[in-house]
Amino acid sequence: MSTLELAGVSRWFGNVVAVNDVTMSIGPGVTGLLGPNGAGKTTLLSMMSGFLPPSAGTVTLDGVPIWRNPELYRRIGLVPEAEAMFDAMTGWDFVHANAELHLLPDPRAATLAALEAVDMMDSRDREIGKFSKGMKQRIKMATALVHDPEVLLLDEPFNGMDPRQRMHLLALLQRLGADGRTVLFSSHILEEVEDIAGTIEVVVAGRQAASGDFRKIRRLMTERPHQYTVSSANDRALASAIIADGSADAVRLTPAGLEVQASDFGRFVEALPRIAQATSISLFEVTPADESLESVFAYLVSR
Amino acid sequence: MNLVVMRLTIRALLGRRRSLMLFGIAALLLVVAGLVRWGTEASITASAATMQNFGLGTLVPVMCLLIGTGVIASEIEDGSIVYLLAKPIPRRTIAFSKLAVALGTSVVFTVATMVAGVAIAGDQDWQLALALGTATALASIAYTAVFFAIAIVSRNPIIVGLIYALLWEGVLAGYIPGVKAVSIRQWALAPAERLLSSHPTWNVTSDLGMTPALILLGITTVGAVFVAVQRLKTLPIKVSE
Repeated sequence: MSTLELAGVSRWFGNVVAVNDVTMSIGPGVTGLLGPNGAGKTTLLSMMSGFLPPSAGTVTLDGVPIWRNPELYRRIGLVPEAEAMFDAMTGWDFVHANAELHLLPDPRAATLAALEAVDMMDSRDREIGKFSKGMKQRIKMATALVHDPEVLLLDEPFNGMDPRQRMHLLALLQRLGADGRTVLFSSHILEEVEDIAGTIEVVVAGRQAASGDFRKIRRLMTERPHQYTVSSANDRALASAIIADGSADAVRLTPAGLEVQASDFGRFVEALPRIAQATSISLFEVTPADESLESVFAYLVSR
Repeated sequence: MNLVVMRLTIRALLGRRRSLMLFGIAALLLVVAGLVRWGTEASITASAATMQNFGLGTLVPVMCLLIGTGVIASEIEDGSIVYLLAKPIPRRTIAFSKLAVALGTSVVFTVATMVAGVAIAGDQDWQLALALGTATALASIAYTAVFFAIAIVSRNPIIVGLIYALLWEGVLAGYIPGVKAVSIRQWALAPAERLLSSHPTWNVTSDLGMTPALILLGITTVGAVFVAVQRLKTLPIKVSE
């Protein structure tokens, strides 16, 4: 059982602050590190995996600083986002070399177990350079698992995976988390985190925006006011009908259509077709205006 | 030293276009050597001049540049070095293992090319080959250490290395008196001059005496290795694209 601890961690590159005073504790189980692109997830993971020193604060594993402490790699497995590996080698040779570099007593058995865990035994003798993105991802995963680490750090592990590979990795991470390992993976896609992570850490623009139980944070995210743009045959009449119905908080009439703000997302989506039908107004287009993760995160930060 | 790191490094070094380029450069020197022999009827003075200027002054540093940066620069650039660094092996050991591969490869490669070139262009009882082979071995060690350090310190190691190799060592150190005294090429030629002291007409000369030249070579090599290892120890590595 291992705990990764970040205390008051900041990291800046010249004038740019990538991570700003983050404090978090990541214990056994699966934790999702969620945030839009450029939020500082990779910088955080780099510091957790000992590839970048924090500019301020401390990053420790069970109380031991990770930076410049290669002995800790016996306990940490890292799946980087970068795709480059030793492309001219076969999957087997590369994973086996990783096992040897970990100074394992039986590198052969460890390689076999790791390749089986990621379901790559059938393709083990092919060159890595010829693998698909999803297969490369699994080879990276095998190199991170080959020494059976207590802590597993994954940077955007689901990128480029097809649904089947994704399911397989989800199950694998869940199994590792249930075993009592500390698994942390980063993602910019809410749904990926939803399926497996019990706890999440949300970072936005280098700051910690939310932390804790996934369901609670998800509720905060879905209960925020939703924005829609609606265009119809008669915008003015539709606007008054929506306001009269009470399913939206505000409606604004613009030349491009209506801008609707609804705090109860489910109710508005259900009410709109009913209102349109009752008033015989044809709907041309209904678009959620700010469903991007950035806006969800920005909302969380402002709370 | 870590044998697995060395094995992986050799594979990466010799598996790519780089080895083709190395053989191409070696072939170029041998072709030029053949032309010199044919054009000057095997004059040893011409052979010595060509091998010093074009061989030791230009092609040896370029070969060392390819090898010294090749063992590590692309891995830092594309991030694949994390697979070596995320292991319970001190970064110092990784640096020394890679450097050992680079030094071994470049000494063998450049000395073999130089000796073959001298033999083709013109020699007398292997005396010139021995002298220039010795100079090449010494230069090769220092150059490779310097380029290895540049590969870790600079983000554009090939550009920085080429400017240094061609401009400083190739052009300035050949003609400008002040620069000559601070050039790996001139230092490496000091023992060659001593070996050929009975053949002053071959014009194998160095601007420095044997002792200061060897001391400067040693300082440069050790200094470069020190910088390389220290920098790798604290080098931040990107784990994303």
